[in-house]
Amino acid sequence: MNVLEILRGKAWLTAGLLLVGLILLPFLVEASLGKSWLRIIDFALLYIMLALGLNIVVGYAGLLDLGYVAFYAVGAYCWALLASPHFGLNLPFWVILPVGAAVAALFGVLLGTPTLRLRGDYLAIVTLGFGEIIRIFINNLNAPVNITNGPQGITSIEPISIGGFSLGKTQEVLGLTLSSPHLYYYLFLLCVALVVFVCMRLENSRIGRAWVAIREDEMAAAAAGINTRNIKLLAFAMGATFGGLSGGLFASFQGFVSPESFNLMESIMILSMIVLGGMGNIVGVIVGAILVTVIPEALRYTGDLQQAVFGKVFVDPADLRMLLFGMALVLMMLLRPSGLLPSKQRRQELAEDAA
Amino acid sequence: MDIFAQQLVNGLVLGSVYALVALGYTLVYGILELINFAHGETTMMGSMIALAVIGALFGVAPDLPGILIVLAGLLVAIPACMLLGYSIERVAYRPLRHAPRLAPLITAIGMSIVLQNVAMLIWGKQYIAFPTTLLPQGRHDVFGASITDVQIAILVLTVTIMAGLVTLVNRTRLGRAMRATAQAPAVAQLMGVNVNRVISATFVIGAALAAIAGVMVSANYGQAHYYMGFLLGLKAFSAAVLGGIGNLAGAMLGGLLLGVIEALGAGYIGDLTGGFLGSNYQDIFAFLVLILVLTLKPSGLLGSRSVERA
Repeated sequence: MNVLEILRGKAWLTAGLLLVGLILLPFLVEASLGKSWLRIIDFALLYIMLALGLNIVVGYAGLLDLGYVAFYAVGAYCWALLASPHFGLNLPFWVILPVGAAVAALFGVLLGTPTLRLRGDYLAIVTLGFGEIIRIFINNLNAPVNITNGPQGITSIEPISIGGFSLGKTQEVLGLTLSSPHLYYYLFLLCVALVVFVCMRLENSRIGRAWVAIREDEMAAAAAGINTRNIKLLAFAMGATFGGLSGGLFASFQGFVSPESFNLMESIMILSMIVLGGMGNIVGVIVGAILVTVIPEALRYTGDLQQAVFGKVFVDPADLRMLLFGMALVLMMLLRPSGLLPSKQRRQELAEDAA
Repeated sequence: MDIFAQQLVNGLVLGSVYALVALGYTLVYGILELINFAHGETTMMGSMIALAVIGALFGVAPDLPGILIVLAGLLVAIPACMLLGYSIERVAYRPLRHAPRLAPLITAIGMSIVLQNVAMLIWGKQYIAFPTTLLPQGRHDVFGASITDVQIAILVLTVTIMAGLVTLVNRTRLGRAMRATAQAPAVAQLMGVNVNRVISATFVIGAALAAIAGVMVSANYGQAHYYMGFLLGLKAFSAAVLGGIGNLAGAMLGGLLLGVIEALGAGYIGDLTGGFLGSNYQDIFAFLVLILVLTLKPSGLLGSRSVERA
């Protein structure tokens, strides 16, 4: 009998196996692919959080946001400013994370308010502009008052430390030696689980249904008694909160932040995760986030391939991967515009569109 | 020298480039209601191809008059970009004409990533210098501002091209077909207009304008870069929105206005904010203008269309 059949109808068993698998994953990865891949997996988890956050705005509420990375930046810089020698501050993480998330949410509302009337492409362009404005400010706010340290960014950011247990260095836990990326993996996994849980609850809540209603037809939603203004702002704020949260985690994990990490390309990457995986579908978004993080890294090995086939490296693989990524984006849209795992509702819509 | 007059001149020159690129956005948007995200990259490609030709020609025949070499570069870049514009439409947009609105936007982003990286692989990551010595170096004083020969050429060329485009759209058979397609594609088709060909023509015309703009901007600033198309495209799009997207006169006005706003803004932002913000904030003006226009008057200065559509 095949494994899937055994698991059918046994939700607890499936969940248990998944949990064990996820806990063991970093050991397997570290043993087989090496430490750098452990960091890549950590980043994949961060991107899952980001993608799920953006999914609220784009997937549920249908508001195309191309400046999402701004919230990620706000969260990251909040952390960087409050826990680094830059201002000489070192607040504990349970203070900074909520602050970062709250500030990001505030920025979400700030972006949402003037764009309430816009839809579709226009909204996309304005949010893109917003993202760029934030980046330009971060890049230039080092004079006359040095707030962000400009293009150099902020370094020596404190790692997360929970009750004196620092995730920034190798620790002995239950007789096992766990490196810093390993420790962060479990923290990020916990956060992802939290975000997934929130998203699942939101999806079928009054608010989630209101978002979908607005996506389908804003006027009808308003006529049905939904306060479209507040609900849309809530979507922006909610998405931004997750963005800020991941930003904070990113800053502490990475140890430094600079404006370069928050350019438009990053927003596009996150958006393409959602589109690739299947908009509005949590599992799809997670799959998309993992693929978009892991595939470009795997494409680094095309250097070895070129070496093997041609005897020399023609094109720097790092340059090649963005090209392939762009092509994948185009092909994906041409062949499967609804993503790998489209949400049920989206699938119906697309079928209607085609008819 | 008068700073105001100088910045005004700089702004008008910059604005001409924005206007030419903005026309490409507005033409396509007017007909397909699609933001051709890859348009900025077409501009970049025009500039790069022209520079490659200029460099090669200068290497082979350094005795040719400089202006001829630059002209040759332009004359190669224009058809190359037209072909590029045509291919982009065929590959990335035509198959998705009836797909959900998000789909062509994503392919457009994908196309622009591809073009950027192709340019980077061909020409490298460094800035490519435009051999400005090839062009006349004269400077003239107008109302206290200094204006170069290149800048005068840019202004004259822009005005000529705009006049030509207006004639094309308003007086020729193709122009009439374009206007008909913009109003009602289905009806235009019933009246015997080959809609697909009109759409292709629109992309090709836009790409030609972009190629010229690309050469202009690199001649004016003396350099080109594989990433230059992104910001240029974004600003030109802002200009098109400012003027009222889908409206030709609007794109021209919007482009010039945005150029002037940017130049004056960069010149005076230091004084206005007491030195807190410097001219390195020049790039935010386009976005601020964009956000303000879209919130206050989404139809733009000259536009009449309603933006309220899903």
